[in-house]
Amino acid sequence: MLWLRTWRLGIKSLALHPLRTMLTMLGILIGVWAVIVLTAISQGASDQVQKQIESLGANTIIVRSQKPPEEKLAGMSASQYGLKRSDLDKILGGVPTIETAIPIREIRRQFTFRDRIVDGRLVGCTPMYADVNHLKIRNRGGRFLSDADGMKSETVCVVSAGVAEKLFPFEDPLGKRLYVPESTDYYKIVGVLEHRNASAAIGGSLDSQDFSADIYVPIETVRSRIGDTIVTRRSGQFQMEIMELNQITLQVGSVDQVRTTAAMIEAILAQDHAAMNDTVVVVPLELLEQARNLRLMFLGIGILIACISLIVGGIGIMNIMLASVTERTREIGIRRALGAKRGDIVRQFLVETLVLSFTGATLGILLGFLGPAMYSVLIWGVRKGFPEMFAALPDAIREAQPTIVYETIPLAVLIAVAVGLVSGLYPAIRAAKMNPIEALRHE
Amino acid sequence: MSMADAYGSHDTTDEGDSTAVVNTPRRLATAIRDLTKEYVLKSETVRALRGVSFDVPEGDFVAIMGPSGSGKSTLLNLLGCLDKPTTGSLLLGTDDIASMSDDELADIRCQRIGFVFQSYNLIQQLSVVENIQVPLYYQGKLGSDERERAVKLAERVGLGDRLDHRPSQLSGGQQQRVAIARSLVNDPFFVLADEATGNLDSVTTEEILTIFDELNEEGRTIIMVTHEDDVAERAKRIIRLKDGMLHLDEVVSEERRSEARRLQRENVVELLARE
Ligand SMILES: Nc1ncnc2c1ncn2[C@@H]1O[C@H](COP(=O)(O)OP(=O)(O)OP(=O)(O)O)[C@@H](O)[C@H]1O
Ligand SMILES: [Mg+2]
Repeated sequence: MLWLRTWRLGIKSLALHPLRTMLTMLGILIGVWAVIVLTAISQGASDQVQKQIESLGANTIIVRSQKPPEEKLAGMSASQYGLKRSDLDKILGGVPTIETAIPIREIRRQFTFRDRIVDGRLVGCTPMYADVNHLKIRNRGGRFLSDADGMKSETVCVVSAGVAEKLFPFEDPLGKRLYVPESTDYYKIVGVLEHRNASAAIGGSLDSQDFSADIYVPIETVRSRIGDTIVTRRSGQFQMEIMELNQITLQVGSVDQVRTTAAMIEAILAQDHAAMNDTVVVVPLELLEQARNLRLMFLGIGILIACISLIVGGIGIMNIMLASVTERTREIGIRRALGAKRGDIVRQFLVETLVLSFTGATLGILLGFLGPAMYSVLIWGVRKGFPEMFAALPDAIREAQPTIVYETIPLAVLIAVAVGLVSGLYPAIRAAKMNPIEALRHE
Repeated sequence: MSMADAYGSHDTTDEGDSTAVVNTPRRLATAIRDLTKEYVLKSETVRALRGVSFDVPEGDFVAIMGPSGSGKSTLLNLLGCLDKPTTGSLLLGTDDIASMSDDELADIRCQRIGFVFQSYNLIQQLSVVENIQVPLYYQGKLGSDERERAVKLAERVGLGDRLDHRPSQLSGGQQQRVAIARSLVNDPFFVLADEATGNLDSVTTEEILTIFDELNEEGRTIIMVTHEDDVAERAKRIIRLKDGMLHLDEVVSEERRSEARRLQRENVVELLARE
């Protein structure tokens, strides 16, 4: 009952200075809003990273060719490095836990159809590639590569959604022949893929990959039609690069076997490649675990920033409460003279800060729920207004879908109210300590 | 003789008759003995009161006078339990406030004391009725009875039609009447007024003094500080302070009181007629 009256009185006093009350609340509001939105964004970003890594598969191991340091290639007429077909045989012979192995060769090529041109990647692979990467064929009678295609080194291909859109904006690509000028070959299109998300670059061991300009061709066809030697012209000079495979994607039966298998593969590759340092083994599972840590870090930073804004909000409250105490010294004196105890005065001012911080926190939560929408608008704005900046953003930020982490809401309110209480307590105690006669004399 | 004896046996009836307490032995509203108050400043110690003793029986009407700085407000603040004496004792009922804690003093203030200030001291964000209720609020009494009581008091001081007004919407005299109503709401031992008419013109002063007269006739003890002789002469007794000491304690004869009353009312009638 007494408290009820105190609450009513507190609200009344606050309503007497609406602008001041709103400004004070703003600090807490922004703090709570920041806690909710920042954690939502970091959650969204880390979800995105996680999804990208998961798309690589927790039970896969990726072995890639990498360009060795310049001095290792010096003296060679053609730079020859990377994975060999014999490496694949050695791995399959030496590691029994492997269930699937997909050799991959990636070559940059131009593709044309009539007068339309796309700069893309010709990816030589095996039929299993589609399963391992969860690729979907657009259901219009198309298909992925088959074993028969490989055996007969057919000049067939499956095109990605991006290539299909650019080369065949008006016609159905199925059955059409796509031309590759550099190797003067035609490839008959047997299937079109659904859109595939780009994969994340993580930890430096795996670059991000954009699959939107890929065409997929049997690896046997690549070998017979193009071979291992790629000639490129750079600044007037011809450069030769000889590489058999860019990547081998391996799958094991269960996640438990990933680490031991990876270690065995590394040991096998070390025999031939340790000196050149031209291969790397990437274990997505490890990346997944790194991503989990990354996520915690994201979350921590988000909460830290939010706490700082909450503290700033608290200082705002303290500032305004101190001003209010000074301004209301006379009122405090009157109340004391009429029988208010020190505790009554403390309570009165505390109630005011509680009202302030609770209301601020509630509004912050409500606005926080609008956070994901605001984020989308922001990203959209960046994309429209600053395309270069947008392109420079990491995928995790660009594609993130902010997800509100509900656990942070009570935390934010708790912090907001605690900050409000602490910053309101000092002015309240100062107000109560005043000598009533002195306070009454105050103008 | 101990203070308790002094309190119990003291009986001062040598002033004019008081209808309210005519048959009962006069009890004391307050008794002060050798009261001193010193303010310790950085450079010096100000001795605002240097040993003041007197009793105030119930139903008395005392005016405290004296030159500026003589310690009138200091004395009244002590009587109002707003401050503690440096030495000496101040009895309210059987309690000596000199030995009380801050919270106990607050309790005494809201239960036994009515204070009227020169500058009204109403709380701006509260209405007339709410202002009157404040002392009850700090007694923890918040029922509808209390509101009714506050409304009655507002009517009693002639503000029955202004119950929900804010202090800023009232004239000085009206505000002071709210303050008087507030000082009565807790049925205090006595009403203390520090230059309660100091800010008011003579017409309004007369209104306030009339209320004081009526209250005193009902038996209420009143102690007021004033600078003006014609205001002081409305009281039954004038205590004069000088340099923090009791200089004179005189009884105002009933003739002098009614003469002062008559003169002031005539003055008011004249002033009103001139407008
Ligand atoms: N808080 C204080 N600190 C220091 N000195 C004080 C304080 N309050 C009062 N005094 C001093 O005590 C003395 C008595 O002051 P007091 O206010 O009681 O005078 P007063 O009789 O009410 O005067 P006035 O008629 O001007 O109101 C004065 O010398 C004053 O300066
Ligand atoms: Mg004074």
